Amino acid sequence: MSHAFRIPLALTTGLAAMVAVASLASSGCRPRAEGVAIQNKGSDTMVNVAQAWAESYQKVAPGVNVEVSGGGSGTGIAALIRGTVHIANASRDVKPGEADQIRRNTGLDPKDFTVGYDALAMYVHPDNPLEAITFDQLSGIYREDGMLVRWSQIGSKVPGCKSDEIVRVSRQSSSGTYEFFRERVLANRDFKLGSRDLNGSKEVVELVSTTPCAIGYSGMGYATPSVKILKVARRAGEPAYPPTIETTWNRTYPIARSLHMYTLGMPQGPAKAYLEWVLSPDGQRILEESGYVPVPTAAVTREP
Amino acid sequence: MDTTTAPRTAGMRKRSSWSLLGEQAVEAAIRLSGISAIVFVLAIFLFIFREAAPVVFSDQFNPLEFLFSVQWYPTSAVDIRYGTLALTAGTAGVTLLAMVLAVPFGLGAAIFVSEFCGPRVRESLKVVIELLAAIPSVVWGFVALTVVSRLMVEYTSAPVGVNMLNGGIILALMSVPIIVSIGEDALRAVPDSYREAAVAMGATRWQLVFRVLLPAAKNGLLAAVLLGVGRAVGETMAVLMATGHAVQMPHGILDSVRTLTANIAAELGEAPAGSDHYRILFLTGIQLFVITFAVNLTADLVVRGTRRK
Repeated sequence: MSHAFRIPLALTTGLAAMVAVASLASSGCRPRAEGVAIQNKGSDTMVNVAQAWAESYQKVAPGVNVEVSGGGSGTGIAALIRGTVHIANASRDVKPGEADQIRRNTGLDPKDFTVGYDALAMYVHPDNPLEAITFDQLSGIYREDGMLVRWSQIGSKVPGCKSDEIVRVSRQSSSGTYEFFRERVLANRDFKLGSRDLNGSKEVVELVSTTPCAIGYSGMGYATPSVKILKVARRAGEPAYPPTIETTWNRTYPIARSLHMYTLGMPQGPAKAYLEWVLSPDGQRILEESGYVPVPTAAVTREP
Repeated sequence: MDTTTAPRTAGMRKRSSWSLLGEQAVEAAIRLSGISAIVFVLAIFLFIFREAAPVVFSDQFNPLEFLFSVQWYPTSAVDIRYGTLALTAGTAGVTLLAMVLAVPFGLGAAIFVSEFCGPRVRESLKVVIELLAAIPSVVWGFVALTVVSRLMVEYTSAPVGVNMLNGGIILALMSVPIIVSIGEDALRAVPDSYREAAVAMGATRWQLVFRVLLPAAKNGLLAAVLLGVGRAVGETMAVLMATGHAVQMPHGILDSVRTLTANIAAELGEAPAGSDHYRILFLTGIQLFVITFAVNLTADLVVRGTRRK
């Protein structure tokens, strides 16, 4: 997403945001009242784990109610710009244009907390004999000018896939996962049109599991027994790695990213306590159970 | 209002002026609700147009690219392109396919229910058909994604189960109940004297249906089909789940496509308010509006043309 394209828009959205901020100021977000609510919105990748955190946190701090909703990283950050959420979840960094908007509308800097890592796994149907794939091959399959359209072109013969066509499964253009894949694998070039652009991480895995010809990308936390995960190599000839906790930490797995929670300025009161708990061993264990990779500091305290 | 009504109006004057006032108020309210339909349509159109207008009048906007390019890259990092031809083709293809499947079944069922079956069968059929119309579209979407999609992969050469045929089948299932209930009403509205006359002339049941009832109920049946088309063009959730949501020109009924409606549903939520992408999506809303308007207008003209003959 080009910034030159975004910045003039800030002027037009500015008025709406000012109204929103004014109404927020008058209604006030009473953070210290009885039965506190923390508004938490953003990344669809993170919505499951955010939900799991919110539920467990009820036992830790019964008076605090964390309200989680998804909608995408962009939606969460937009809500942070409007000042309608306390914590925005994002599976990408805040863009410079967005940070500018936050500063202009709220007078505060976004504060970034890395709460875990996500590795995008390449999924294929279990019948697919392919074991590993390279970035070049992925580009050939997904990128606009890519020439790979048949499984036989990469030396795979999939039983049950009569047409031999590579069915590309992708995400809707506004999803953070889509942008991450484009940035990391396609070097920011465009996707080839005609991919099945699904509206959720789970849907990608679901469609791949029922479609022998398919290949798709989605968080490794969404793996099910009915799909197969490919090893990924940066270049042909280099070793290919499967997405695991270890390969994410030591950065050998090439399609991994950090997961963020953003607040307006340094968080205070319940939001601060919540973020500390999320980064604590308890919070990180929940993240790991949801299929993500915990941050290394917490991992030190993790039992082997 | 002449001699016969004069005593009555005199009686009314004897009642109170309140009841007269009440009557006028009711009349005004009815008139208002009559006009309101037009007002709402205009207001919706104006609202959508107001959201889309800044991008339409901006310099970068290329109407030819918008209408006739298949390149839909609203969030590209290198080259943003807004071409909707593939989406329009998707909408047209899915709707056409749905109508090819739904019109014969819908009209056939309407004829059967209204002319051929006994009263008990008719009542139970009508209840079931109305129940079918009440199934929410997201449930149809689930059926498409889980049931139809699997059958599609198993029994056709389709590489993937979510495609135009899947969307067409689901939309057909959704529009058949509408076509049946409105078509049946239209057929039953044909006066019985027509039927009696035809039978008296020695017409068989088929002749009665094809030579007498169908021509007589033509307008109502066309309205039934049009409402079905409207449902198919406007349906969002089910087609989003059934068609595969792939931007490409369909070359066959087993290709995945994306429709204008599904595209708006998938992208509007995340397009930053006021951005070009957001406004272009509103413009595709106008496009949908124009398409349905054109379909209705054509049908209206066709009906008038045949009526004049």
